[in-house]
Amino acid sequence: MSAVKQVPDARGRFGAFGGAYVPETLMAAVHQLAEEYARARKDPTFQRELDGLLESFVGRATPLYFAERLTELARERAGDKKRGAEIWLKREDLAHTGAHKINNTIGQGLLTQRMGKKRVIAETGAGQHGVATATAAAHLGLSCEVYMGAEDVRRQRLNVVRMELLGAKVIPVEGGSRTLKDATNEAMRDWMASVESTHYILGSVVGPHPFPMIVRDFQSVIGRETREQSLAMFGALPDAIVACVGGGSNAAGMFYPFVEDASVRLVGVEAGGSGNGLGQHAAPLSFGSPGVLHGSMSYVLQDEWGQTAPVHSCSAGLDYPGVGPEHSYWKDCGRVEYTSINDDEALEAFSTLAHREGIIPALESAHAIAHGLRLAASMGRGSRLVVNLSGRGDKDVDEAARLIAERCR
Amino acid sequence: MGRIDDIFSNLRAENRKALMPFLCAGHPTLEETREAILACEAAGASVIEIGIPFSDPIADGPVIAGAMHEALGHGVTPAKVFDMVHSVRGETGVGLVAMVSYSIVYRMGDGGARAFIKQACEAGFDGFIFPDVPAEESDELVSVCDESDASLSMLIAPTTGGERFKEVLSRCRGFVYLMARVGITGTATSLESDGLAERVAAIRELSDLPIACGFGISSADQVREVVRHADAAIVGSALVGRMGEAKDPAAAAERFVRELATGLA
Repeated sequence: MSAVKQVPDARGRFGAFGGAYVPETLMAAVHQLAEEYARARKDPTFQRELDGLLESFVGRATPLYFAERLTELARERAGDKKRGAEIWLKREDLAHTGAHKINNTIGQGLLTQRMGKKRVIAETGAGQHGVATATAAAHLGLSCEVYMGAEDVRRQRLNVVRMELLGAKVIPVEGGSRTLKDATNEAMRDWMASVESTHYILGSVVGPHPFPMIVRDFQSVIGRETREQSLAMFGALPDAIVACVGGGSNAAGMFYPFVEDASVRLVGVEAGGSGNGLGQHAAPLSFGSPGVLHGSMSYVLQDEWGQTAPVHSCSAGLDYPGVGPEHSYWKDCGRVEYTSINDDEALEAFSTLAHREGIIPALESAHAIAHGLRLAASMGRGSRLVVNLSGRGDKDVDEAARLIAERCR
Repeated sequence: MGRIDDIFSNLRAENRKALMPFLCAGHPTLEETREAILACEAAGASVIEIGIPFSDPIADGPVIAGAMHEALGHGVTPAKVFDMVHSVRGETGVGLVAMVSYSIVYRMGDGGARAFIKQACEAGFDGFIFPDVPAEESDELVSVCDESDASLSMLIAPTTGGERFKEVLSRCRGFVYLMARVGITGTATSLESDGLAERVAAIRELSDLPIACGFGISSADQVREVVRHADAAIVGSALVGRMGEAKDPAAAAERFVRELATGLA
């Protein structure tokens, strides 16, 4: 089965994956959202408004940047004059608020206005989606509350302060594992009680239909720009593209416009954490199996009874037991390869990119950098590899410094 | 005809209403859940909802979610719940309905609902509520429940309207689960029964099935208000909360259900 772009179907299915497994209370809201989005997609006014904000407020298009010294490193590591692809970085870290998340929150913020709702809620892990939601809400005049696992509130303090400065209320979630999964549960619970006045700005390509499709579409600006920039700069498409995958929104937005370009190798990088055992990583595509979590059928990390397994990653944004259904579809079609990078490798890449390029990446994106370096070293010289640098690492400096110090002891 | 149909047709024949308490399996322990089933029946319950603990119960509020996490913490699994139900089935005629997340159902079935439903029915369950499965995803559940003579109670929310209302009702077996309000379980202190009469009437126009109403019911007065229109009142969080605080959970369940049952008269 070869992967196609004409997914999902009307019921939200990407092949066997996706759908909408949510309480009946939410069905009216997800239908309303699907209908509003269908209208907005065809409405040139909406598209103009979105494009205008992406340009003037978000700062798009983000650059496609040649990482020369990183490329040199890949060539040194290749140890073979015929190997070592050029490494290019898609600079989503330069988007307003410091990550790709804003592409989606501006789009869903505009949809919120169209639906006549005045309040938005969001879940956040690393805090980037929370900050991006708070930013869109401030810009569009919506009230905003963000659910964040108590563990993430601790390790991503900077983003908590940013959200509060932007006028959002941050609600720490003490239940369960106190991370992204639990923040998502609480946001869904809030939505069930507030559905008539509130839109839930889901931050990744997960959840019930139509969220995986909507978030992918709003994030696809990353891949569309990369495509145009590649054609303009190299006169060709890249040979390979690498992106990190937690829920999978930056990867979905990057990969989607290339799905039918068979010459472009697409590689998603999950969080390998501290080991291959259940509970040590956050890599459902690498180690999980199909199941249902947070409203859709997809690869998931569960125990034998269907209970969500604990996950671990040094990166709060990847620390999630599920993944978007379209990634599961791409995996089963064989269109995208999925691999994982562990905490140590990600931390090393975090420092490497800072030293070599003067760019401090988000710990999430550091996973993609780590694999990108390895892949570039194995590719032929003259070929080109694009790594999606999904976010900048300011939010991670305390946590990274702590982890690096721990490893030096 | 399944046990749930029998229970409701007997109640109807006697012009009586039903009380439907919810217990979280394994909270505080499976042995106490077993005792609480018998205690609830003795106190006047006709059907008991048994919640199978799930790690991420998005439709449930803090009380039930907390109880589920506690049960999972001491190793409760669906198989152990089935064993408990099997052991109590011979001692009680009360209807036992499993409330279970589709995540659990799908995993046990290795890609389908059949294995879970068959095993649950063999253990002695009489019906099912799948709180995270809307009509759109319920085809297989409907057909397997029909084969098994089990009830299947789809949820009707205040936000369920129009054509959808009919579609959801057409998939219900045994009884309809009408949510008294939007939101999650166990958070309302005052019941918004405005519109309940109209919603019940709208269901009755389309279906003969008994209507059980839940979400936010915690007193005999509220039970009375609900069964003026509906056929049964479901009480969840208020009971689970009391059991969690009690020295003798089964006795606490019996006391509270007896008190609630005064609302049926």
